[in-house]
Amino acid sequence: MLAANGPDSFVWWAWIPDHADDIREATVQHLQLTFASVSIGFVIAMAMAMTVLRWRRSYTPLAAVAGGLYSIPSLALFGLLVPITGLGFRTALIALTSYTLLILLRNIVEGVDAVPQAVKDAADGMGYEPWRRFVAVDLRLATPAIIGGLRVATVTIIGLVTIAALVGTGGYGAFINDGLSRNFSTPIVVGGALSIAMAVAFDAVFVVLQRLLTPWTRAERGGR
Amino acid sequence: MSGQAAIELTRLTKRYPGSSAPAVDALDLVVPAGEIVALVGPSGCGKTTILKMINRLIEPTEGVIAIDGRPVNELPVHELRRGIGYVIQHTGLFPHKTIGANIGTVPRLLGWDKERIRERVEELVDIVGLEREMLSRYPGALSGGQQQRVGVARALAADPPILLMDEPYSAVDPIVRARLQDELLDLQRRVHKTIVLVTHDVDEAIKLGDRVVILDVGGRLEQAAPPAEVLAQPASDFVADFLGDERGLKRLALITIDEIVPGDGPVVEVGDSADRARTVMDEHHVEWIGVCRDQRLLGWMWGRDLDGTVPDTDLRPFRAVVRPDTTLRTALDGIIGSLTNVAVVEDVDGRYRGMVRVEEISEGVR
Repeated sequence: MLAANGPDSFVWWAWIPDHADDIREATVQHLQLTFASVSIGFVIAMAMAMTVLRWRRSYTPLAAVAGGLYSIPSLALFGLLVPITGLGFRTALIALTSYTLLILLRNIVEGVDAVPQAVKDAADGMGYEPWRRFVAVDLRLATPAIIGGLRVATVTIIGLVTIAALVGTGGYGAFINDGLSRNFSTPIVVGGALSIAMAVAFDAVFVVLQRLLTPWTRAERGGR
Repeated sequence: MSGQAAIELTRLTKRYPGSSAPAVDALDLVVPAGEIVALVGPSGCGKTTILKMINRLIEPTEGVIAIDGRPVNELPVHELRRGIGYVIQHTGLFPHKTIGANIGTVPRLLGWDKERIRERVEELVDIVGLEREMLSRYPGALSGGQQQRVGVARALAADPPILLMDEPYSAVDPIVRARLQDELLDLQRRVHKTIVLVTHDVDEAIKLGDRVVILDVGGRLEQAAPPAEVLAQPASDFVADFLGDERGLKRLALITIDEIVPGDGPVVEVGDSADRARTVMDEHHVEWIGVCRDQRLLGWMWGRDLDGTVPDTDLRPFRAVVRPDTTLRTALDGIIGSLTNVAVVEDVDGRYRGMVRVEEISEGVR
């Protein structure tokens, strides 16, 4: 009953060690694009958040821009960008970065807003300079919300990087595209499984990071 | 800044944009060095605004605030604030910093070295009555009363001459509040800070203030005087209303036994004759006699139990025995609960000094 494992099997096991180098290369590409878009997205979102925190009225238009970008289907956005920026890393980076903005902007602003007024007043009253208060008190206390935002953004982007393979960025999505075009299931399964594994791994990394960076939140839960 | 500092407000006015009535209106006020001044009034009286103008969290529209004659806007604002302790409602402790780091905030901003900060923090923990084990914990793990003590320790960290306290005890329950108030008075006897305290609780103002400043809506000064004077002579109907009922009782809590003249009391020596004792009882119009030996009051007995000479056994203890620093309120409480209707006054060494009746107490507050 047991058919020999081969190219027609759902997963042809021998294919995997044969393509170890390709897998390694795709992993690096996938990571690079994820890191680059989340990092650039974070820097832009932080600048937007600082603008919002300084001029409240800018929140609605900035959130609308970020929200608008977020609502464009990823395939459509790639399609729109290709004529302008061509195929490749740059196009993918622009599209993916724009997807992180809404989540990150909202989490930073809401995290800072949630800092109790009494704490801000106390910091001012004790003689913190404004920038020092922002970094050492406001942002620091918003850390749980900010890390939460980074976590959702990163996991989302890992998924979207798979789709970005359509514009020729490589990564795990390239295996899926390859498999689809040849009606060959092994690379599809391998590419899908690896992107899921990467997403789960990063999710766990952020949970650990959260615990390490916000020891006080446990004191509150365990306290009286 | 160190040592003591007086705060002087001159024609201090704050108008908020879009509001025709000023929040604070041409207020003149002096906070003498080393005293507690309690600002009290209904909401909208500008008391918190006044406080926040002292450390420039709010800038006045007109007028001047000077600390030891020096206008507060002559210093860079951060330097000014680091020289003024600030305690606020809900403590405003940094939830993400340990207790030790919270207390060391201002010294750190001032750039003290680590060792000096650590020593100061430990000293402060002792001063405000916390335990050193708490230093590594986070504020979230502390009770409300403990957090408030940390707030005071943090405000005192760089030993500022001035302490601003904005409704510091409004978020803790009444029992803890009373204890924290007593601790503040006790602390003040040791540190002699110039303290401006804002409260909406007139009893708190009377208890803590060396001077009470009563404000009406719009920052109008109604009266600024020592609490006993405010209670005895309210400057206006508003003040009288605001002080509420039981003004007389509140005054009793501010006057101590050594401020009134006790009576002799019906007292004889052990071994005196029963006839002598009856004469003394008649003079005092009472049915009992106090018994004394070597300047110590041993107790009392009913006149009907006298037989022969005054004994030194089978005497009843006096229920109310007070010392020079006992308040009249406590003395009165003792008097009304006793069969003899007196409170016995002793000096700090326990020697008999006289007796206080309701008559002497009302004489004292008249």
